[in-house]
Amino acid sequence: MSIDEIQNEIVDEFAFFDDWTEKYEYIIDLGKNLPLIDEQYKDEDHLIRGCQSKVWLHAERQDQQVHFTADSDAMITRGIIAMLIRVLNDQPASDIASSDLFFIEKIGLRDHLSQTRSNGLTNMIKQMKMYGLAIEASK
Amino acid sequence: MAELVKTMKNEVAWDVQKIRADFPILRTEMHGKPLVFLDSAASSQKPQVVIDALSNYYATQHANVHRGVYELSAAATDKFEEARSTVQRFINAEHDHEVVFVRGTTEAINLVAHSFGRKYLQPGDEVMITAMEHHSNIVPWQLVCQMYGAKLVVIPINEAGEINLETVKELMNDRTKLISIVHISNALGTINPIRDIVDMAHQADIPVLADGAQATAHGKVDVRDLDVDFLAFSGHKMFGPTGIGILYGKEKWLEELPPYQGGGEMIRKVTFEETTYNELPFKFEAGTPNIAGSIGLKAAIDYLDNISVEGMQSHEEKLLESATTQLLEIPGVKIIGTAEEKASLVSFVVEGIHPYDIGTLLDHQGIAVRTGHHCAEPLMDIFGITGTIRASFALYNTLEEIDKLVAGVQKAVKMLS
Repeated sequence: MSIDEIQNEIVDEFAFFDDWTEKYEYIIDLGKNLPLIDEQYKDEDHLIRGCQSKVWLHAERQDQQVHFTADSDAMITRGIIAMLIRVLNDQPASDIASSDLFFIEKIGLRDHLSQTRSNGLTNMIKQMKMYGLAIEASK
Repeated sequence: MAELVKTMKNEVAWDVQKIRADFPILRTEMHGKPLVFLDSAASSQKPQVVIDALSNYYATQHANVHRGVYELSAAATDKFEEARSTVQRFINAEHDHEVVFVRGTTEAINLVAHSFGRKYLQPGDEVMITAMEHHSNIVPWQLVCQMYGAKLVVIPINEAGEINLETVKELMNDRTKLISIVHISNALGTINPIRDIVDMAHQADIPVLADGAQATAHGKVDVRDLDVDFLAFSGHKMFGPTGIGILYGKEKWLEELPPYQGGGEMIRKVTFEETTYNELPFKFEAGTPNIAGSIGLKAAIDYLDNISVEGMQSHEEKLLESATTQLLEIPGVKIIGTAEEKASLVSFVVEGIHPYDIGTLLDHQGIAVRTGHHCAEPLMDIFGITGTIRASFALYNTLEEIDKLVAGVQKAVKMLS
């Protein structure tokens, strides 16, 4: 599936939730089930510092695709990371670099990317796209 | 406004609903739920009288101060200087020229750090702060200490978040040039014994600056009673506008210190060779001041003048007690900052749960709290945590709101477990 197809799939899933509690319970579940980043990558080099929560991101090149693993010290941030990874993982580098992550706004989580939240997610997305761009450029 | 009513038990009654009616924002909603605002330590809400004072000033009284020859400017100058006198009376300063208008506590501390440092700090000198300071009372001193080769000495705290006066005494020496200490800790709630520290410091001729940012909204702060040499505080934390703050300095100190910023208003005579400076307080007020802010701050002080300090304090104590007792009943909750003398805020962590997650889930229940390190990273390091959830209370909060906070935390913990 393409990046946009996966995004639409997530938007459809969220349409089922009646209230914010259900939505966040789902995000927390995703957070709990996020495949863990290899412990060796949870270091300063892979840390994306936020004022509120920390995010660790590791990217591996597989041909022209990028494989991501990540983690955070906050559960809701982890849940959102799980969705970002679902959308961008193993996609062509060029698609990652030019992606428009509209699903975040559509499922009502844009707040989590605002400057004030400062939870590392905004920088994580930037970083993911940078990896895409770097691999695309090295073709 | 609440009136002072003595009950049979001689307790001071507090009509919180009457107070709440003065604050229009408390009738709004967050995420579709009635706003429960528990972040007053970051910035307090504004009563209608402050909002009206600002709007009325811009609608009918605005002109630049201290220079116009026309009636409107003279009237604006009178209002601005009237605000200064109101602040003088509020903190019981001896002279109105000991009151300098600044942007806020941060600017006030930077002003003293830079002006004091330039005149007095030599290599090897020491400036003393505590381990519970806000970044605003750490970084300005680090900057000037680096500039002049001075050393920043940190007074340690115990597990409850208190300093020990004996330790302060031991750390003082003939290289100590100034002690800058928070009156009430924003992250822990600890109320420091300012007067005791001042007495000790003055015996050795060391001046003391008190960071009063958290103090002025919760009780009387009397600079002559405390005998502090400098007091820094912000309007927005005491129901006034943002962007206005006060540096109080004893006349003898302000006369001695060189200007901080240069510009209009602060000069007496300027030539390209040399500039002579204006008298106090204008020497420290370069540029057009925050006239509207000062008028809004005056309205906030007038508001506080009309309520009972005893009533407010006993109400806030009840809020603190209720929050502390109920939160501790939730498994895994640990309160950070358990000082004997404590202001009405609760900083806490829940075992195994990140503060950001709790804060997010409280937000969706209409409850505004602060999470994170509260601009006190070194303090968080001491407690071995990265941050806390902080609920801070003000005169307009209710016991029902504390119950909502507790229920909200319970719900969040359940969702996250």
